[in-house]
Amino acid sequence: MAVSDQKSEKSKKSNVKNWNTLENVFERAMLKGVKKMHRYVPHTEEEIQEMLREIGINSIDDLFLDVPKTIDGYNIPEGKDEFTVKKAVEKLAKMNIEFDPENVFLGAGIYYHYIPSAVKHLASNPNFLTAYTPYQAEVSQGTLQMLFEFQTMMCELTGMQVSNSSMYDGASAFAESLLMAMRINGKKKMLVARTINAEYRTVAKTYTKPSGIEVEEINYDRSGRIDIQELTAKIDGNTSAVAVAYPNFFGIVEDLRALREVIPQDVVFIVVAEPVSLAMLEAPGKFGADIVVGEGQALGVTPNLGGPGIGFFTTLEKHVRKMPGRIIGQTKDVDGKTGYVMILQTREQHIRREKATSNICSNQAYIALINAIYLSLMGPQGLKEVAWRSYNNAHYLAKELENRKFDRLFDGEFFNEFTIKVPVNYRDKWHEMVKDGILGPIPIDRVYKELGPSALVCTTEVNTKESIQRLIEVMSK
Amino acid sequence: MTIFEKSVKNRKGYELPLYELPDTGCNLPEHLMRKEAPALPEVSEVDVVRHYTELAHKNYSVDRGFYPLGSCTMKYNPKVNEDMAALFSNLHPFQPRETIQGAVNLMGHLKELLCEITGTDDMTLQPAAGAHGELTGLLIARAYFEDKGELDKRRKVIVPDSAHGTNPASASMAGFDVVEIKSGSDGCVNLEELKAHLDDTVAVIMLTNPNTLGLFERDILKISQMAHEVGAVLYYDGANLNAIMGRTRPGDMGFDIVHLNLHKTFSTPHGMGGPGSGPIGVKAHLAQFLPTPVLRKSDDKYDLDYNLPKSIGMVRSFYGNFGVMVKAYTYILTMGNSGLKHVSEMAVLNANYLRKKLSSKYKIAYDRICMHEFVVDNEEFVKKTQVKSLDVAKRLLDYGLHAPTVYFPLIVHEAMMIEPTETESKQSLDTFINAMEKIYNEAIENPEIVKSAPHVTPVRRLDDITATKSPIFRFKK
Repeated sequence: MAVSDQKSEKSKKSNVKNWNTLENVFERAMLKGVKKMHRYVPHTEEEIQEMLREIGINSIDDLFLDVPKTIDGYNIPEGKDEFTVKKAVEKLAKMNIEFDPENVFLGAGIYYHYIPSAVKHLASNPNFLTAYTPYQAEVSQGTLQMLFEFQTMMCELTGMQVSNSSMYDGASAFAESLLMAMRINGKKKMLVARTINAEYRTVAKTYTKPSGIEVEEINYDRSGRIDIQELTAKIDGNTSAVAVAYPNFFGIVEDLRALREVIPQDVVFIVVAEPVSLAMLEAPGKFGADIVVGEGQALGVTPNLGGPGIGFFTTLEKHVRKMPGRIIGQTKDVDGKTGYVMILQTREQHIRREKATSNICSNQAYIALINAIYLSLMGPQGLKEVAWRSYNNAHYLAKELENRKFDRLFDGEFFNEFTIKVPVNYRDKWHEMVKDGILGPIPIDRVYKELGPSALVCTTEVNTKESIQRLIEVMSK
Repeated sequence: MTIFEKSVKNRKGYELPLYELPDTGCNLPEHLMRKEAPALPEVSEVDVVRHYTELAHKNYSVDRGFYPLGSCTMKYNPKVNEDMAALFSNLHPFQPRETIQGAVNLMGHLKELLCEITGTDDMTLQPAAGAHGELTGLLIARAYFEDKGELDKRRKVIVPDSAHGTNPASASMAGFDVVEIKSGSDGCVNLEELKAHLDDTVAVIMLTNPNTLGLFERDILKISQMAHEVGAVLYYDGANLNAIMGRTRPGDMGFDIVHLNLHKTFSTPHGMGGPGSGPIGVKAHLAQFLPTPVLRKSDDKYDLDYNLPKSIGMVRSFYGNFGVMVKAYTYILTMGNSGLKHVSEMAVLNANYLRKKLSSKYKIAYDRICMHEFVVDNEEFVKKTQVKSLDVAKRLLDYGLHAPTVYFPLIVHEAMMIEPTETESKQSLDTFINAMEKIYNEAIENPEIVKSAPHVTPVRRLDDITATKSPIFRFKK
């Protein structure tokens, strides 16, 4: 018997006898060398060989003969086990500072609200999380019915007739609303309030530039609302749309009724709405809005550093064929049983290609689920309570701050955010508040330079009496 | 039953703490106050839990079984990724920069890894999905030609007739004219046809490689040379990157702009259609046009650079779908260099095993070694049996499997596009093969059972024609 044979014979035996030895327990090799097997990739060596035989080739390399081999692997580290990877990511997470939501007074488009435990638990269901776009309706009724219900909820909040099943975020939803306005009336002049979140306006400019759309910004007046005189003067025969935020970036509630009165009927009226406020404020649909869009993060979604959130997009039935995004409708199956399907798909890219209303394909369906669960739990009463508490906290805080010489910048009525004058060194103070565990009102004078030192204060229902008191003390120091 | 029909007046699914602050009154004008409550459901927490659990039960998902949707890369979504994303969920995008260092460095490191994987020099992580990335990439190309003073003449974007629908839709949104070129008889780009369209009016050529037939474009180096000779930009649609990891990189093949789908190749869950994440990598000459902010490394640390005067602007608010990035980052750390190569090898092995086994009954369009997916051509099968690809797809649902993508790519009539991914075992592939063979026999012996499928799903075939003709957009009492 040759030496090598003896060895292999010996190792075979030892494999049988000593399966449960230390030597086999510790996978030291894994850290140094190439992993042949992976817990996410199930193929054993025997199976690979068998499959290659079935295909009629000798090696894995034979599968890649068409591919120019420009590299031999990547210049990136080898993979690690779950325990080690977790430690690495946790180390990064610890470099961040998280704030207790009750000590957060920063909003500006992303809000901390209380999220009931059931939201996370229900949304974690893998049949939601790991499903694809509902292309096979018969095995996607959960997704389709959920989105149909989500659409209904968004219609209820906004007072509109149709909702799509989501856009990427509030900013891109707003950008797409301008493109849609152009499709509705063929005109290209957009009058956009300067009090719409700067991120949204920036994204809208990026999106609309290639279509030759002209975005003209309309200033605010002393109330903090859109300057209605300037707006009226600028509306002309080329005007496609007028867009305002409700409440606007300063927290001020725009008078939609007064606005619709000066906006001609053939000009598209776009409202960027904050959904929690809509439990308290009259629905934009009641004032004749044509398109209502916004960011849905406030409805049960954690802030996630700003994403994922969700853009909602609602309109009137007469405009629906110009609308971007996926829409779900109710129907019957061959047995007469109620079911749900994607409808009006000829607007979409997979059918209409370059003539589609938008290129959007993946959306934020999973976040729509979170919105729907949250709104189901809160109901009309719960959402109203959240809105009123957010409102009342803000108004209480505004008064207290005013007593301490933090004057408000505008006299218009606000919802849960308001702007104040602050000392010149406020930005330093804002950074220092971190030490007190407070995420304070954000300085806004980099975007609105003409305001001088100023900040945007936000409260929601999660701020407590104590946390508000503490903010007042820290601000007054 | 919808959740609205389960609603009982005054039932509650929430509870808020006692409210401690004094009532500040309300000064909002009467006409801006909401009159009617939004008709959100009034249900208990138990009702909500049962409703959404029941809906989830009606869904198929990757966690339930095989999901061979071509071009969608429905691989397993590792659980640890979800836990890691949750560590970052409480961050506000406007927190002081020094308090989000972990998040910024995670994005920075992710960008570095993805630049290495794609062979590009710089990258934005901002786009929220693949199509969003396409739009971003095309806007970058647009800005590049505008900067060179060539935008007026470079009006065309060339896409093959086998391209994803998002390609022409994105090109059109970016203000270009779409030129579709016919594929050659081998299913790849026809060089003569391409040459006929190539001149200095072409801005961009968009390709996915491997293409949607699952074939690697063997002439890619020649195509890239031809594109660059006329000064055009070569764009890589990253939907099919799962085929080539560790062997070649889009940048090495000559692509100038590359998009990735983190929700495909890098295992983040599809969540019923989103959120995704569609980073865009670019070669150095295009870096100055990236959306802001760009992640920059200095002394082993990353920071955000907003100072890009020639930037296209922002395409989404804040940083993009950051939560999705954490999941993809965790995945890359887990798989590492050889792991990612192994992923592509096994994905391609699985596809070829399926192709070979299915070819005994079904005709394969372009039957040669394929990459990570392939296309079945059922045109003759339909003539013989009157059973369509759609029927086969629906019948698969009865067998407890998800259907492949059908009727795409458009250049194969009666197409079934099959992508197994690497996370499926041989046993799971054999189950699918077995079902496909049974359905083939049924189509011959008892076609009615296939044509009227599915039979055992939560609903049967749905009337989507009426659903679009007389649409029901929302629940109404």
